[in-house]
Amino acid sequence: MRWFPALLTLALVVTLAFLTLPIVAIFVDSSPADLVDSLGDQGARDALWLSLRTTGAALAIIVIVGTPAAYLLATRTFRGKALVVTLVELPLVLPPAVAGVALLAAVGPKGLAGGAIDAAGIQLTLATAGVVVALTFVASPFYVRQAMAAFGSVDRTLLDASRTLGASEARGFVGVMIPTAMPGLVAGGALALGRALGEFGATLMFAGSFQGITQTVPLEIYNRLGTDFDGALALSAVLVAVSVAILLAVKLVPRAEVLGGAAR
Amino acid sequence: MKKGAVLLAVALASCGGDDGGSDQSKPRLVVSAASSMTEALDACSADFADATVRLSFAGSDELAAQIRQGVKPDVYAAANTKLPDALHDEGLLGKPVEFATNELVLAVPAGSEIASVDDLTAKGVTIAIGDESVPIGSYTRETLAKLPAAESKAILGNVRSNEPDVKGIVGKLTQGAVDAGFVYVTDVNAAGSDLKAIELPPDVEPQVTYAAGVVEGAKHPEQASTYLNELLDGPCAEALRDAGFGAAP
Repeated sequence: MRWFPALLTLALVVTLAFLTLPIVAIFVDSSPADLVDSLGDQGARDALWLSLRTTGAALAIIVIVGTPAAYLLATRTFRGKALVVTLVELPLVLPPAVAGVALLAAVGPKGLAGGAIDAAGIQLTLATAGVVVALTFVASPFYVRQAMAAFGSVDRTLLDASRTLGASEARGFVGVMIPTAMPGLVAGGALALGRALGEFGATLMFAGSFQGITQTVPLEIYNRLGTDFDGALALSAVLVAVSVAILLAVKLVPRAEVLGGAAR
Repeated sequence: MKKGAVLLAVALASCGGDDGGSDQSKPRLVVSAASSMTEALDACSADFADATVRLSFAGSDELAAQIRQGVKPDVYAAANTKLPDALHDEGLLGKPVEFATNELVLAVPAGSEIASVDDLTAKGVTIAIGDESVPIGSYTRETLAKLPAAESKAILGNVRSNEPDVKGIVGKLTQGAVDAGFVYVTDVNAAGSDLKAIELPPDVEPQVTYAAGVVEGAKHPEQASTYLNELLDGPCAEALRDAGFGAAP
């Protein structure tokens, strides 16, 4: 059965070449000097700054709301829990274009809640807030899922011990659960960050594309494709660098903490 | 397992092959066309006798970028003459042929109170236009530049989105995300009763001419030039007229 290991190796080589060649090409196709030059213009800087702000805001919302929600899902059993978990995870596999249409139908000017949002004086479409909504929608399941796994894998005797010593559940949550689950929470945050940073379709459809307001880095890359391919490459290189950093951050977290737990 | 993988590979390869369409006897012609022609070309291309036509719609500039990066459709049909001319000069496209004209209009939702370009200067009016890298965006900027400077500045100040193609502008309009947008008259026709077109003053209206060419290195140059001829005279020319396009100048 010599052929089988050979086949496995071949499959790995093909996979590796297929996955790395496009990434390598981004850096080979233009000189580092050109890359830096292309990042100097206002459009690129506005896009980078906007992406940073909107991703940061989305991540903050995701962590603040997602952490307690994930804790609840990880520590309680109730009727319909499987359904709730599935609904929470759904955007994970939803095509971005569907997310864009869905957001328009829900909170767009003509959407289900559009009138209420408008009456409250909140502008989402064509506004930076709309970008944050789109990013939060597509990225939050990445965090919640990972956070559930992290909370689920925490040794319950720790929490029980804190309860026996008279601590309230709230104190146990803050003092025991969060610190113990921290590596998993960080990994989840990194995954959500990566997804939010790359968001394209839902942002374009729901929030539009305007320099400094709604034109994030992926949208700016798409705009440059026709007229400034080097500029598109340069911005892509920045996103690759950030993605690598995110991935490293996740890898540095002990594996058992990241992958173990309730969701499996 | 190996057998299965090989079969799968063969299946995939034959899908990507030349005659993977349902009709085995016809070659497959790949046509890259500006997204403003979506409805017209979708309607007529099924009747093309010499080949099974596969249409790929996007902003003219994205399609040109693909060709520059080595993608080889058989026909490239753009919403201007500038991009086909540039590709021709770069040796990537045969001699471009002008085959249709279009009209830049101001589009507003059917019930809108906006009646002319002058109404766009009011504070609080929201506008979507094409990004300057796509033809619809450069035509729009060309038009605005012909208006008095203060008016042009006020209108550009009300722009809330620079969309990568006309479909994006129409979408923002029909979803009520913006009050007005600059699109082609054919887009308003395609959107049905949701939108109405407001004609631009003749002195600022740009000349919108569509040109197409056979891509150098096309797999089916013969069928491609037949298709090109039918854009000028044939079912596709008729479909373009039905959609509101004008005859070639």
